[in-house]
Amino acid sequence: MTAHILQLPDAPQRQAYGLALAEYGAINSAVVVLDADVSSSTLTSYFAKRFPTRFFNMGVTEASMVDVAVGFALADKIPFVNTFAALLTLRACEQIRTCVGYANVNVKLVGGYAGISDYKDGPTHFAVNDMAVMRSIPNMTVIAPADNVEAAKMVAAVAEYPGPIYMRISRAPVGDIFDTNYLPQVGKGVILRHGGDVTLVGTGSMLGRCKIAAELLAKQNIDVRLIAMATIKPIDQELLIQAARETGAIVTAEEHSIVGGLAGAVAETLSFNYPVPVEAIGLNDTFAKTGLDTESLMDACGLAVGDIVNAVKRVLTRKR
Amino acid sequence: MLHSHNEALISSLQEKAQRIRLDVLDMVYRRQAGHPGGSFSCAEILASLYFHQLKIDPAKPHWNERDRFILSKGHAAAALYSILAQRGFFPTADLETWGHLDSHLQGHPDRIKTPGVDMSSGFLGHGISIGVGLSLAQRLSESHFHTYILVSEGDMQSGVAWEGAMTAAKFRITEMTVIMDYNNVQLDGSGSDIMPLEPIIEKWQAFGFQVLEINGHNIRQVLEALDMAQEIHSKPVVILAHTTKGKGVSFMENTSAWHGAVPNQTQYQAARLELEGVQ
Repeated sequence: MTAHILQLPDAPQRQAYGLALAEYGAINSAVVVLDADVSSSTLTSYFAKRFPTRFFNMGVTEASMVDVAVGFALADKIPFVNTFAALLTLRACEQIRTCVGYANVNVKLVGGYAGISDYKDGPTHFAVNDMAVMRSIPNMTVIAPADNVEAAKMVAAVAEYPGPIYMRISRAPVGDIFDTNYLPQVGKGVILRHGGDVTLVGTGSMLGRCKIAAELLAKQNIDVRLIAMATIKPIDQELLIQAARETGAIVTAEEHSIVGGLAGAVAETLSFNYPVPVEAIGLNDTFAKTGLDTESLMDACGLAVGDIVNAVKRVLTRKR
Repeated sequence: MLHSHNEALISSLQEKAQRIRLDVLDMVYRRQAGHPGGSFSCAEILASLYFHQLKIDPAKPHWNERDRFILSKGHAAAALYSILAQRGFFPTADLETWGHLDSHLQGHPDRIKTPGVDMSSGFLGHGISIGVGLSLAQRLSESHFHTYILVSEGDMQSGVAWEGAMTAAKFRITEMTVIMDYNNVQLDGSGSDIMPLEPIIEKWQAFGFQVLEINGHNIRQVLEALDMAQEIHSKPVVILAHTTKGKGVSFMENTSAWHGAVPNQTQYQAARLELEGVQ
């Protein structure tokens, strides 16, 4: 991994992913990349330019593209399938369920423009339930990297992890969470801040906001444990149960519907194992709306730092 | 290279095809579930592939240079299981376990559980695109192989199959042969009534395919078309095999009633007599 990718914390997350994919292509010749006519948006164009014989532009054939990737994987290639997260997980959902999940084929699905990061194109283009849909498919692993370091380094982790994976990538710049020595592990959460009063679990683009919220709460003498949960399936149950036992209250935060994503995974884990009060920050079963930029749109959709702070205070009132 | 096929080969393949029909009949009757009509229509095609055309080794089902076969019309699972057992991928006795809780033979083909099944299938429309991926992958590899996809007219009613056809044309996929088992009868009625595909030859041609039209029950024609498909290097090939749904059992032929129906005891015995008579 060259330094320049990892030293771009302010760049859009898609740029970190695209550059890292092109870098990783040089290391692993089994990687092939497919895109559905949006390579200059997902930034698989970097890979395409560097490895034109291993890049396949499939046009607007998302469902067929997933099946083509299945064919690649059946012949021992490692296909990275790219398009907008909502198209990939919804239009090609039956292909993913049957030919990737059920057939347990080693396909890597990468959904760009995740969440509401494509603020200008509006709800048709938003992915508000991609993680919920992918999480419900047996054999599927679901990942949302928190920042550019994690997005870049996850490329190798995803490629080298055996089995189907869905990873979502934001169109926008996201927080700056990890230092460049960090090595992500699929299926493992990371404690970013050791606190004892309450646990804040964030995934993907919400980690930056969670970090700011935790610092604000510290000034109000609320000691927050902050967990970065890149893999929401299989979720790191051990880390969650330990946090529930030690802090007694949990808040989740995701740029996604509160139905079926991180909130669902955490609530299921805790209610089955160690019930504690949970509050969820996310889109409240809504398609959201068009905005002027990602940050202000997130603020307007209930994902503001203030919303996280309030949720933490609310959950503390419910803590036994 | 085109070569003529001798009578001994053809009659031996005809026996394998008839064995498929008998196995399918027994399997569907025993299990009280399955799809006899579309399994009977592709019997000669499967026999020709597995006992003549495919470069395969039953002792090495994961051999990476093997030719691939995808039963895109996965509801003909029983026919595939019969020919895989006949070819030696697993014991013939396993056919009796079809659908049992501990059986490796699922309702529709499962690539993980059943030796020799290259890809799981069931819902229609997937085969061509998967074949394109396999073909593109082997271009980048040391191991070269040919991929065969068996589709039904139901497959070709689904839009994704035509996306796959477009993609095959774009990448000039000549390492794959599509075979269309065109029996023109589907679950709810005749294909022409439910969702007409005609003019099908012109559709395939418009999507960039070379069409070879045959009688799918004539083994000599099947073998010659498979040979000819290998000689076409300019565009993808589809063998349009005209077939009869329920072929071989008079009361099952050309009727949608036998797409997924189960014979009663009288029907079973009558069907068996007819099939054994031909054998």
